[in-house]
Amino acid sequence: MNKIRLFLGSDFIYRFRQDRAAQGSFTLFVLFVLFAFAAPLISPFDPYDRLQIDLMDSELPPLWQGENADARFLLGTDAQGRDMLSTILYGTRISLIIGFCAVGLQIFLGVSIGLISGYVGGRIDSFFMRLADIQLSLSTLMIAIIASAVFKASFGSEIYGDMAILVLVLVIGIAEWPQYARTVRASVLAERSKEYVDAARVIGLPRWRIMFRHVLPNTLSPILVISTVQIANAIISEAALSFLGLGMPVNKPSLGSLISSGFEFIFSGSWWITVIPSLVLVVLILSINLLGDWLRDVLNPRLYKD
Amino acid sequence: MSDTDGLLKIDKLHKRFRLSSDGWFGAKGQVVNAINDVSLEITKGESFCLVGESGCGKSTLARTVMGLETTSAGSIHYMGERIDNMSDAARLPYRQRMQMIFQNPYASLNPRMTISQTLEEPLRFHRPDLSDTQVRDKVVEVMESVGNNTSWLSRFPHEFSGGQRQRISIARALMVDPEFVVADEPISALDVSIQAQVLNVMMDARDHRDLTYLFITHDLSVVEHFGTRVAVMYLGVVCELAETKTLFASPRHPYTQLLLSAIPKMDGSEMTHDRMHGEVPSAMNLPTGCVFHGRCPHAKDVCKTDIPTLRQVAGRQVACHFAEDTG
Amino acid sequence: MALLEIKNLEVQFPLGRKTLQAIHGLSFDLDKGERLGIVGESGAGKSVAAFSILKLIARPGRISGGEVIFDGQDLALLSQEEMRHIRGNRISMIFQDPMMTLNPVLTVGTQMTECLKAHRDISDSDAKRIAIDKLAEVKIPSPQERFGNYPHQLSGGMRQRVVIAIALLTDPAVIIADEPTTALDVTIQAEIMGLMLDLCRDHGVALMLITHDLAVVSQVTQKICVLYAGRLAEQGPTRTLIAAPKHPYTRGLVKALPQQNVPGTRLYQIPGSMPTLDDVPPGCAFNPRCSFADDRCRREVPEPRQIGTHLVACHHAETVAAA
Repeated sequence: MNKIRLFLGSDFIYRFRQDRAAQGSFTLFVLFVLFAFAAPLISPFDPYDRLQIDLMDSELPPLWQGENADARFLLGTDAQGRDMLSTILYGTRISLIIGFCAVGLQIFLGVSIGLISGYVGGRIDSFFMRLADIQLSLSTLMIAIIASAVFKASFGSEIYGDMAILVLVLVIGIAEWPQYARTVRASVLAERSKEYVDAARVIGLPRWRIMFRHVLPNTLSPILVISTVQIANAIISEAALSFLGLGMPVNKPSLGSLISSGFEFIFSGSWWITVIPSLVLVVLILSINLLGDWLRDVLNPRLYKD
Repeated sequence: MSDTDGLLKIDKLHKRFRLSSDGWFGAKGQVVNAINDVSLEITKGESFCLVGESGCGKSTLARTVMGLETTSAGSIHYMGERIDNMSDAARLPYRQRMQMIFQNPYASLNPRMTISQTLEEPLRFHRPDLSDTQVRDKVVEVMESVGNNTSWLSRFPHEFSGGQRQRISIARALMVDPEFVVADEPISALDVSIQAQVLNVMMDARDHRDLTYLFITHDLSVVEHFGTRVAVMYLGVVCELAETKTLFASPRHPYTQLLLSAIPKMDGSEMTHDRMHGEVPSAMNLPTGCVFHGRCPHAKDVCKTDIPTLRQVAGRQVACHFAEDTG
Repeated sequence: MALLEIKNLEVQFPLGRKTLQAIHGLSFDLDKGERLGIVGESGAGKSVAAFSILKLIARPGRISGGEVIFDGQDLALLSQEEMRHIRGNRISMIFQDPMMTLNPVLTVGTQMTECLKAHRDISDSDAKRIAIDKLAEVKIPSPQERFGNYPHQLSGGMRQRVVIAIALLTDPAVIIADEPTTALDVTIQAEIMGLMLDLCRDHGVALMLITHDLAVVSQVTQKICVLYAGRLAEQGPTRTLIAAPKHPYTRGLVKALPQQNVPGTRLYQIPGSMPTLDDVPPGCAFNPRCSFADDRCRREVPEPRQIGTHLVACHHAETVAAA
């Protein structure tokens, strides 16, 4: 309890209370997460259940769009007759799951590699950092496109459809580890030369213990800051891949594949199939980025000092 | 000095740093000679001071003694046992007997650990046999002995001032009951009114715990107060080595004389500005002969060619060709 | 009239939910050619005082009261544009780190001539001649050559000499030096301090030396202001302030110096440490560390009062002086 009270009284919380943009984006983000993960409970239909889909309901406009609208479908339906609201909720859930898991994988890979590189140094460091250079010189999307195309070709669309989430997490996770590795390595190098690390060495503590107990906890705030950007990036990457047809299959749409699936109908007047999920995606990314900007300002040691 | 009372023996120590990354694509770099052929012996119960300006190798020497740096040549013995080439495991018992106090109190405590975590760690690591109560009792005992309030224990380092942190650092070093403590400029980052407090804590610990100090500093006025013997270092070599009283009464090496004259006097006199003494050469390309000849008022031709070795003159050791004439 | 007069200066730093008062009603003055030392621990407000004189105080800090009168002009009323004619021209500043003044990508010569031409209407060749003269004046060997050097080609002591030469370029009336030798080696420190002393004497420049080192100040200045927690503790002529301090804090500072103690014995020490600005105790800020403190000290902030040649902010100054 004491810790909670301390946290609530901290500067961090104070600055949060002072900042409208931070509060707004935080609220928005929390709402997204809540609604997305509660999708099976709150959405009016289950878009994965073929029995609830009727092709006769296809391409119905949102409620406020004239006579054709159906009271059951608040945001209209897509080309297959799925309720847009439900599909978007489920889609956001998939996008967020992929975003979080991919970033989790990035953090795991990047932090381990960065920590080892920075603390051990020498050839191991050179090897990983050159690898990171090479990987960063190829764009994430390119790597992801190649990887998912190869996967699709070798296992077929059927299996791919079932494993899509896992594949996307792996592809996006592996493609972006250098961001973390570099950041962590830089802070490890800065921390390693500080005297508290020397003090731990003088005590005789083993290397791994110094690394995990002393150095790692002091490199966490930059990790937190880039994580927001990385989650946003991962969601965008997933959306882009799905839009290109290499991501989530149409029967299990993420935000990206929804946007993509509605794209062919945009000129036939059914704009909502593309535009509504696009808006959701934009607002989601915006809220994450705003939150990240604020975090960066607050945790910036130069501003935080004194 | 007989072998029996020698605690730490440094013999012909050299330390070179290569200024390059040792990776696969790193550029070849220059070599810095941080320590050149330094031999010292510290006896039990001494407060041995090592004085010199930045870049003279005094901190490197301290770090080498503590095993934070490797040696390039030469040896370090502790109680007759060679410690500089020991494996980490073999060195472990010596980690308990030798401890270190660092310069920067703002960097020497882990910001994410509470004071009690910081203090308990060395003891729990070296003495896993102790119970929680025993560890906690020890923490309280040490904290009180350095004048710290035990209510600090649950707090984090950022809540403390520089002097308080330095006293916590000292407490951490004392947790494992060391015999020998290396203090690397422990007061130079502190405010004036705090320096005296920290020096007093260190002197009390010496008296109560029978400590031997290797005290690194650039401030000669502290040496006169704290040290029993002094070695003056310049560009990686020892210029003069003497009892504190002897050195302050009659410095023989021209560099020691220059250092002594730089201590501000508090007798109401104004600062005298005599000649320029030149700049300290870079340790990357050391001058030939005596390292001090470029700034030395007594330098002759021989100083530019021959390296003077430490020799006994007037009750102390001096590395100067003209030590007889400089008194 | 004094050349530079600081009257009841107040400086505040709004920080998050609280406002920290960095300087409380600080007053002192500096005569033409006078050398004044401002002494205090880190956080005592000595640098803030210097920066606010030049209106260089970093945001969100602001001068919330008082006057800074230079040569009959209230600097607080001047615009930033008008301030530029004073700063670096009539009042020069020397910082602890020479690289705060020197631009690493320009040669020493370019920086010096640019500075001169910003304040004077003179030709390139004249500017160069003056610059080389000044380099020679700060005892830089072969000034012609150094004129074309970049800062990184110079050693730390040499850089600080160049900074002093730049400070002297426009023949200022006042030089404010903020810990000018702290980053330098001991032997170089003494040389630079001696050099500054000579130059100020020769040119009749007033010097405001900000430092934590009482010993250095005692050898260079004629007058000392001791600051504690943003307030004046004691002010007086250097000689008597060191020999017979009347404020318990000054007294403690002087007595704690190793030079003032018998070698090998316990040093005299002031207990505790200076409060941070958000944690200043009521009454006299020094009272928790003071052996003379009584109830009045814990209640009432002592105003500086004249005792002999000193200005002392202590309820018990007479007792302290006698002790």
